[in-house]
Amino acid sequence: MAKDCIIELKDLKTFFKVKQGALKAVNGVSLAIRKGETLGLVGESGCGKSTLGKTIMGLHKPESGTVEFMGKDISTFNRAQKKQYRSKVQMIFQDPYASLDPLMVISDIVSEGLQIHGMKSKKQRYERSIELLGMVGLNQGHANRFPHEFSGGQRQRIGIARALSLNPELVICDEPISALDVSIQAQVVNLLKDLQREMGLSYLFISHDLSMVRQISDYIAVMYLGSIVETAPGDCLYESHAHPYTSALLSAIPIADPEVEAVRQRILLAGEVASPVGLGDECSFCKRCPRAADVCRKSKPKLREVGAEHFVACHRI
Amino acid sequence: MDDARENDFEPLGESRPDAELILKRQTTYLGDVWRSFCKNKAALASLFAMAALVAFVVFGPMMRPFDYFSNDYSAINMPPDRIHWFGTDTLGRDLWERVWVGGRVSLLIAILGTIIPEFIGVAIGGLSGYIGGKLDMLIMRTVDILMGIPSLIYLILLMLVMGSGNILTMIISVSITSWMGSARSTRGLVLQIKNRDFVTASETLGASPFWVIFRHLIPNTMGMRVVSITIGIPGVIFYEAFLSYIGLGVTPPNPSWGQLIKAAAEQFRYYPYQFVVPCIFIGLSMLCFNLIGDGLRDALDPKLR
Repeated sequence: MAKDCIIELKDLKTFFKVKQGALKAVNGVSLAIRKGETLGLVGESGCGKSTLGKTIMGLHKPESGTVEFMGKDISTFNRAQKKQYRSKVQMIFQDPYASLDPLMVISDIVSEGLQIHGMKSKKQRYERSIELLGMVGLNQGHANRFPHEFSGGQRQRIGIARALSLNPELVICDEPISALDVSIQAQVVNLLKDLQREMGLSYLFISHDLSMVRQISDYIAVMYLGSIVETAPGDCLYESHAHPYTSALLSAIPIADPEVEAVRQRILLAGEVASPVGLGDECSFCKRCPRAADVCRKSKPKLREVGAEHFVACHRI
Repeated sequence: MDDARENDFEPLGESRPDAELILKRQTTYLGDVWRSFCKNKAALASLFAMAALVAFVVFGPMMRPFDYFSNDYSAINMPPDRIHWFGTDTLGRDLWERVWVGGRVSLLIAILGTIIPEFIGVAIGGLSGYIGGKLDMLIMRTVDILMGIPSLIYLILLMLVMGSGNILTMIISVSITSWMGSARSTRGLVLQIKNRDFVTASETLGASPFWVIFRHLIPNTMGMRVVSITIGIPGVIFYEAFLSYIGLGVTPPNPSWGQLIKAAAEQFRYYPYQFVVPCIFIGLSMLCFNLIGDGLRDALDPKLR
């Protein structure tokens, strides 16, 4: 793909061993994130979004396929390169209550990465942590407090400050807003957007909140049971989606207008999400798809371009 | 109305630019722990009582011109008086001396007999929890088996090997019989903490396992461990007293609190003071350690501050 890709995934597979066989959490994902842009990753619970994020982070070892950072396969990195990679790719976590060490004060939490990467002077670290807190809308008065003294939104800001401490290029946001209430969600999303503009960050924004994803994403990828079923530029996906799963997913977005909401047509899918254990060589959606045909049960569809930068993995389109 | 309005309100003037900064005094974690420990009056009093007790155990014997082993047949079974502050026993030994020297033995066994197994338990349990997998399985099943064997059996076997009645045997026997509990709970705690997001966050920042263990896992288990040490000490004091009482502990003429109680119990009806004094100190030290442990538990948990 194009040169300005910061991360490129090529047929990435991450499996977990379970008693019944392999749990195919990420089952052949190819994606690219471009510099300075946001890729939104949506899908229902358990479809492998977080595992994908953690595989990019290097926290899970892929079964096959590669994660390429600036054109280099991260599995070939040596120890020093890995540490370097860690500073370039950072993560924001879902649960702001679990992601901060309860025994450390905020300035220590925010500057932990600096210490790991060899900034020895305590004073320097403290000053940098104040600077980082300033960037996320907190101030010096917060630096000597403990995490339990903060609200969920503030803690998430602290988590963001920590992720920014090493001047990363890509931040993986693993459902950063789903544990917050709606007014705070907007604040955090706006903060992330501002930071992106100022620092030229790229985001992988994992979420199941479709309307928030639309707010922040340049591109959106829809994931179902370990596979990407559709990717498209943000608004294009909402207006001219092609994959039957995307249609069903988008029809579930509530509309903040009771009259429109009353006549909204929801596409209800039959059946349950199939188990990611022991998936065969078929379209992962074929068991619930209203348009499934024989071909869907025989082979797994590949992503095909159906419009400008609009890719769909479906045999029937 | 208009007059009132004019007089009642006055301009605030310029607000201070730093008014937004509500600064809290910079403290260390331990400074914060101490501050909230001091709020618990019972725990603080216990700490002072314990300090006084330790001071007496160390310096008490020097305050009187007697020693703990010399007999004085002219002063047998004396009640407490100006010369013998706690009285004397059946062999005319001064009880003031014997109680404090016995306290050294009892407290030494209690403290070492709690800290040593705690270290063993934290090391083994921490390793087991952090590495996991087959090693974890192996260690935990071994612990299950060891826990099923009564500690008196170890003690008697050890005495056969190492000789009975010395302090070292008792400390070792307590150590090898009581590390399993702390190994189990440390393992549980480590399992719980190592999957928390802040550990993952630390890893994503590039932290090594060494860093994760020393910066996150140990500090987060330490609170519980310190509390379990202080809560565990009374148990060991009691265990020592029990062993001495049944004749498996320290051997005469060396005193310990349990030993003194055993000797005095035989003639409790005639000379109750010989019995009561060591009992009071056992009870007092157990109470103090329990209250200190309680206070520490509250103080070490930042959420309760």
